[in-house]
Amino acid sequence: MAIFVNEHTKVIVQGLTGGQGKFHGLRNRAYGTNVVGGVTPGKGGQDVEGIPVFDSVADAVKATGADASFVAVPPKAAPAAILEAAAAGVRFIVCITEGVPAQDEARVYATLKRDFPNTRLLGPNCPGIISPGRCNIGITAGEIAQAPTPGGKNVGIVSRSGTLTYQALFELKRQGIGVTTCVGIGGDPVPGTSFVDCLAEFQNDPETSAILMIGEIGGSAEEEAAEFIKAHVTKPMSAYIAGVTAPAGKKMGHAGAIVSGGKGTAQGKMDALRAAGVQIGANPTEAGQLMAQIIASLS
Amino acid sequence: MARSSARQPRESDNIVDLFEYQGKQYFAKFGIPVSAGDVAHTVDEATAIAERVGYPVVVKAQVQVGGRGKAGGIKLASSKAEVQTHATNILGMDIKGHVVKRVWVECASDIAEEYYASFTLDRAAKQHLLMLSAQGGVEIEDVAAKDPTAIVKLHINPIVGIDTATAKKAAADAKIPAKAQDGVAAILVKLYDCFTQGDCDLAEINPLILKPTGEVHALDAKVSLDANALFRHPEWQEYRATEELDDRERLAREKDLQYIGLDGTVGIIANGAGLAMSTLDVVSQAGGSAANFLDIGGGANAELMTAALEVINFDTNVKSIFINIFGGITRGDEVAKGIVEAMRRVELRAPIVIRLDGTNADAGRQILLDAGIPASKLVSKPTMLEAARAAVDIANAKVA
Repeated sequence: MAIFVNEHTKVIVQGLTGGQGKFHGLRNRAYGTNVVGGVTPGKGGQDVEGIPVFDSVADAVKATGADASFVAVPPKAAPAAILEAAAAGVRFIVCITEGVPAQDEARVYATLKRDFPNTRLLGPNCPGIISPGRCNIGITAGEIAQAPTPGGKNVGIVSRSGTLTYQALFELKRQGIGVTTCVGIGGDPVPGTSFVDCLAEFQNDPETSAILMIGEIGGSAEEEAAEFIKAHVTKPMSAYIAGVTAPAGKKMGHAGAIVSGGKGTAQGKMDALRAAGVQIGANPTEAGQLMAQIIASLS
Repeated sequence: MARSSARQPRESDNIVDLFEYQGKQYFAKFGIPVSAGDVAHTVDEATAIAERVGYPVVVKAQVQVGGRGKAGGIKLASSKAEVQTHATNILGMDIKGHVVKRVWVECASDIAEEYYASFTLDRAAKQHLLMLSAQGGVEIEDVAAKDPTAIVKLHINPIVGIDTATAKKAAADAKIPAKAQDGVAAILVKLYDCFTQGDCDLAEINPLILKPTGEVHALDAKVSLDANALFRHPEWQEYRATEELDDRERLAREKDLQYIGLDGTVGIIANGAGLAMSTLDVVSQAGGSAANFLDIGGGANAELMTAALEVINFDTNVKSIFINIFGGITRGDEVAKGIVEAMRRVELRAPIVIRLDGTNADAGRQILLDAGIPASKLVSKPTMLEAARAAVDIANAKVA
């Protein structure tokens, strides 16, 4: 089944003629993703290696029936690009753009909620989403993801951190475990899609037997996820939280990653998840091994 | 005067914390009333400002740490001689490891009452949050702990904003007296503009004061900016220059690397912030401690790797270097070439332990092998955990 995207998803790439959009859009198509068009204002009528380019998302949707969009445009242009896609009726928007101001993210989120409640935004500043063997939108290297075993026990992955998303995919592949969908929600202040959104979908996806979650220090997204898991998730889970050793008050690179005023610590997050019945690994490898044990116990 | 703030865990790598004087200048751009004053780097500048704004004045140390009042970093002066004395004492003073390079000199204010006001993003609610209290001038966390009802918390929809009527109601709800409500409401509307149009992560006034004359005004300013919005605020460039970084961090900034200096002995280079944090964790689990956090990002080429190794090499505490790369889009063979090239350019003081996984990792390991680098300088390990143990063993042996 997979969540959010599958082999039927028709994808357009906003910014297909740009560096990032072209590179990743073509990689996504090579993976087997149904990339049906691109959008670059003023370049309608051209094509990128056979993919038709349109002037607007509305034109692209009309011509191709696209229902998902991959936004790969600079931070300045990303908010308008997201809202343009929503207005054109696209139901699933993936924005990989890093560096969108938080105030813009808050306004985009509020606008989507008010005017386009049926549109889902993933990101900004996320690696994207891959339903292995079916659809890959974003920057994940498809070869590190194991396709789900038909009729077998497969895992859904949700992660707030970029490279650790890949690490998680890789750990499961090494264990020979198939993945239904891997969602990188990104760590920006106002992500369009949260842990909770993904957990709810995985819980309802009959093909997903267990869930692997990767969190990190900062914010309260993991604590909110723990509350949701306690109340609504019956599928077994393992998790890893990065930043156990991060000192308070030091910003750890991108996104969210700071322990401040005693809030947002890895320990607090792990305790909350453990209390919700999630098995916690001390590192990504251990979280993968725990997942392998879970899968073995289900089979 | 020790004061902390409602600063939330920060959500972006690039938040720029402003000094009080910069915050006040920022407030003034949005029409928020602040005391007449200016920033001084020398005693002469300080007295010149005092002469201009009129006595009495307050001389305030400009450091980004709480407790400067207690440390003697805030003094009242009624004459030129007093300004000279205080400025001489405060400039160069060490406050909790922060050396005072500047003082803010402003016209002293008579205070009738002290309030608290701030705007932040409530990440869980995905909305803006106003916090307002009639109990200002003290740590807001203390107020929250003692009497949570003394703080009004109001969520604001980012596409609706806050109008004067809503602001005035919030002031009344916070039990700010009627005589000050209009003044507070006017400032809240301007502070919200500053927060949104000014792309702040935090805009906080503590204390927001009522003068005996009935005017309301900002006596302090705590402003953090979202550096992602730099593209629409070219005037922010000046704030970069005054950021307080240690030498290692400054070098990393020049090289455009995400680097945080720490106190341990294992230098860390990883691609991706999450993996870098995770690397710190496994080093700790292996019994060691990291000398730094360094995210080399997606394109780990020779240039970047050279720059990263130069920064690590600058740190004399480093006894081993753990390079942890997971190849996704970044290909293992490219990373390996980068390392070989970087090792040609930089004479390293500590050996490297590398873990290379993911896309083209085998090819990468082969390149490292073929380069003929002696094992005393570079060791390759198949997993993150094994690499961490090896790096820690080397570091601990050297320390002992």
